[in-house]
Amino acid sequence: MSGELGSSDGALLSARNVTKRFAGRVACRDVSFDLWPGEVLGIVGESGSGKTTLLNCLAGRITPDAGSVAYATASTGTVDVHRLSEARRRLLARTEWGFVNQDAREGLRMGVSAGANIGERLMAVGARHYGDIRGTAADWLARVEIDGDRLDDRPATFSGGMRQRLQIARNLVSGPRLVFMDEPTGGLDVSVQARILDLLRGLVERLHLSAVLVTHDLGVARLLTHRLMVMQGGAVVEEGLTDQVLDDPQHAYTQMLVASILPV
Amino acid sequence: MPDTSTPDTTIAEGAYNYAYLDEQTKRMIRRAILKAVAVPGYQVPFGGREMPLPYGWGTGGIQVTAAIIGRDDTLKVIDQGADDTTNAVSIRRFFARVAEVATTTCTEDATVIQTRHRVPETPLKEGQILVFQVPIPEPLRMLEPRETETRTLHALSEYGVMQVSLYESIARHGRISKSYNYPVMVNGRYIMSPSPIPKFDNPKLDRSPALQLYGAGREKRIYAVPPHTPVKSLDFDDHPFEVEHWSECCALCGSKESFLDEMIVDDAGKRLFVCSDTDYCEGRR
Repeated sequence: MSGELGSSDGALLSARNVTKRFAGRVACRDVSFDLWPGEVLGIVGESGSGKTTLLNCLAGRITPDAGSVAYATASTGTVDVHRLSEARRRLLARTEWGFVNQDAREGLRMGVSAGANIGERLMAVGARHYGDIRGTAADWLARVEIDGDRLDDRPATFSGGMRQRLQIARNLVSGPRLVFMDEPTGGLDVSVQARILDLLRGLVERLHLSAVLVTHDLGVARLLTHRLMVMQGGAVVEEGLTDQVLDDPQHAYTQMLVASILPV
Repeated sequence: MPDTSTPDTTIAEGAYNYAYLDEQTKRMIRRAILKAVAVPGYQVPFGGREMPLPYGWGTGGIQVTAAIIGRDDTLKVIDQGADDTTNAVSIRRFFARVAEVATTTCTEDATVIQTRHRVPETPLKEGQILVFQVPIPEPLRMLEPRETETRTLHALSEYGVMQVSLYESIARHGRISKSYNYPVMVNGRYIMSPSPIPKFDNPKLDRSPALQLYGAGREKRIYAVPPHTPVKSLDFDDHPFEVEHWSECCALCGSKESFLDEMIVDDAGKRLFVCSDTDYCEGRR
């Protein structure tokens, strides 16, 4: 089955010629790549370059006009994300995947407590023991460095950085294998950013997560990602190991991007 | 079952069709009811009509009753358990006039019971139909405002969010504080709102020998629980579902088993507990 889907053996996620247009305008064009287990792939590029559209296509949130996305599931072999039934795709999204939004408010339930936010995925797959759910939620709260006594507080009372960490905990509680992140540190001040990056780096390493990370911040890309794809106008213009792309950019656009980093 | 013979023009001085609604509307509602019975707990949309009373006063229940009632039926209408409240009296009179049915206040004698906020204390039996008036048919509405999304959640049986609301209740109040409109799982498939009955009545829905029909007039939905269908109130393993208990007994009939209303009887704040089901209470005195 993996052969006909055009995925490479051993890859966790394989995109082939993913293309998405909005009203005739190309948002991303002919993107192909393989993501290997344990790898963090960064997608960088300026606003409007199609990064987020690509991410949404990969995560099955929008359907590409052409191309395919193959994912190697934990138990049932390789599947075509966009040919799955909606039920299975949603199940996949809340068990084996995580999705961290830029705006934590989109990824959280602002009206219920932090504990309930973390416990939602557990309850969605059938956990029915309040004490156990609460215990796991408290444990995850500690792992993302939020005080245990905030367990029953609503995320509305949390700071931006705490919300983002809560969103990460809520996604990782189900033990996903693949996490999609859309600008996880966008809109946060630099010291908070640094803490979240540190946390993410630790978690990715400890849990052997694979991740696709969309960012416009090359510093974030340098810290977190192993491999980098640079997008411009919906197409990938350069890809390679992160250090290689950032230290020796080949494409004119990448050179401009690297040169635009403000020196401190 | 309904009398589907030619409409009687003598009803209410010839001004209305039998049971108020026209025959085509009744057919449409019956079709929705059949579908609802076939898929227990599933909300079937129907073309709700304007009724001669405001939304929220039982338009859904009345349309369901009008669609199923026939001349040999005996109708009982209760509101908060009582047969003598304004709404119950007017709906009962409405059907006595437009459907020429016998009415009763006795639970055992009734073939159709339209109710708001209660299930009668007297156990129902086979052949009886209980019609509920439902204000908000969607149990997930307060958690998920988008109708497209709630339908998807039902279709895919994704009910984690409902459990989240119960979790939140325990986290905040130490117990599941929802005391009415307590969500139930019907036949292991659909989560259903039992309408705003107290959770005290939830166990009566489980495997009831009577047919339960739920009509929501404003939201234009009908759903049903066929006789002998399992209905389970949602809970947690370590916080099991339980019903209300009173330390008092009914001041009029002395019942310790029925649902009690608390009443303030004088300016000094003297309190009295009485059965909310008036027929049950009178039968015991």
